[in-house]
Amino acid sequence: MFKYQKFLQRGLVVGLLAVGVAMSAAQADDDEEYGERQSSKMIGENRGRDMYGVQMNAKFKAECSNCHIAYTPNLLPAESWRKIMSGLDKHFGSDASLTDAENKEITAFLVSNASNRWKAPTSPLRITETSWFKQKHNSREVSPAVWKNPKVKSPSNCGACHTRADKGDFNEDDIRMPR
Amino acid sequence: MLRKFHLATLAILAVGGLSALPAWSQTVNETMAAIKSDAKQDNPSFTEFSAARGESFFKTKHGSEWSCSTCHTDNPAALGKHAKTSKDIQPLAPAANAERFTDEAKVAKWFKRNCKDVLDRVCTPQEKGDVLAYLVTVRK
Ligand code: HEC
Ligand code: HEC
Ligand code: HEC
Repeated sequence: MFKYQKFLQRGLVVGLLAVGVAMSAAQADDDEEYGERQSSKMIGENRGRDMYGVQMNAKFKAECSNCHIAYTPNLLPAESWRKIMSGLDKHFGSDASLTDAENKEITAFLVSNASNRWKAPTSPLRITETSWFKQKHNSREVSPAVWKNPKVKSPSNCGACHTRADKGDFNEDDIRMPR
Repeated sequence: MLRKFHLATLAILAVGGLSALPAWSQTVNETMAAIKSDAKQDNPSFTEFSAARGESFFKTKHGSEWSCSTCHTDNPAALGKHAKTSKDIQPLAPAANAERFTDEAKVAKWFKRNCKDVLDRVCTPQEKGDVLAYLVTVRK
């Protein structure tokens, strides 16, 4: 009996150690990958950039990705998110309402990770209606024919061209124009 | 990615250590039973759900531009597509998607939202039960 207990204890310790080592190895890996980008986040604009080290909120990911990709918080200013989150029962022609608790948690996440360099004094409901968006997607960058491609359908369909849009990453290296 | 894997492993270890928790919170039959009990409360003369009525409810428009099948398609065992955003929607029929109708809060949330979009009101328990009765008859 005593021997058995000791054996179990030792097994547990070894097991926990193994998990701990594996976890810290994974952690180090992530830090290395994001280290350089992380520092650029501190000094630069976050809009349209990868979410870096931002702690992704699981509720946001689950609740805001059913009907379209989860548009990352850095694409709009805090006030826009507040407006969007207070009108979810009439959300662009759809009912996307949440429970009060879910709404509160997601709003807090969006607001605290919102665009950090919003210059215009506006708080639009759509990313695609901002002059910033229109400028990045002017007719030299995206020809009018491309917008009409059924694979695009709507400018809101970022993922049709930006292959890492669901990560909030709109780097030009990751653009594949649909044919 | 790596970190996620290890967290998952840890979770499995933890859960496995406690007890074998079921993967989902309830079975489709339990979901059906809960809707049935609502239906009886809602209407004392309630008798049964009807798959045929559910099918026609599912495939007909009710005043707005969308029916249920606009997004979930006429074959609920097939991949659906959101009418506005074109995003894929996993099949709605339990035979084709084992996760469906196993999470009470999720079922309630989407019935509320989608009925509002399609009928401009909530669905009655009778309507929800008819739809589910239809969906469980759909084969892969
Ligand atoms: C029930 C479906 C549904 C859910 C759930 C949903 N949305 Fe939407 N959302 C839509 C539709 C439909 C549009 C309009 C898309 C279009 O015009 O192509 C939209 C558009 C948007 C846009 C504007 C995109 C643009 O054109 O710039 C934002 C921002 C947005 N949603 C945020 C959210 C957030 C945040 C959540 C989570 C709280 C959420 N959505 C959940 C259906 C949904
Ligand atoms: C039809 C294809 C298409 C769609 C849809 C689209 N984009 Fe773009 N996007 C482009 C192209 C092309 C560029 C220009 C790339 C360049 O500067 O070389 C661009 C540039 C950008 C940039 C600037 C990238 C940089 O490195 O300067 C951002 C940010 C961006 N898009 C965000 C979005 C968001 C957010 C959405 C959805 C709401 C979206 N895009 C939808 C094609 C698209
Ligand atoms: C505009 C598109 C659209 C329409 C119309 C629509 N749905 Fe849905 N439905 C969705 C989306 C998006 C989801 C959530 C995504 C997912 O779970 O795959 C969903 C999920 C559901 C679920 C959740 C099931 C579960 O357990 O996961 C039910 C139930 C449902 N829909 C029923 C209906 C009924 C009944 C109608 C007609 C009254 C309807 N839907 C019409 C888009 C739609």
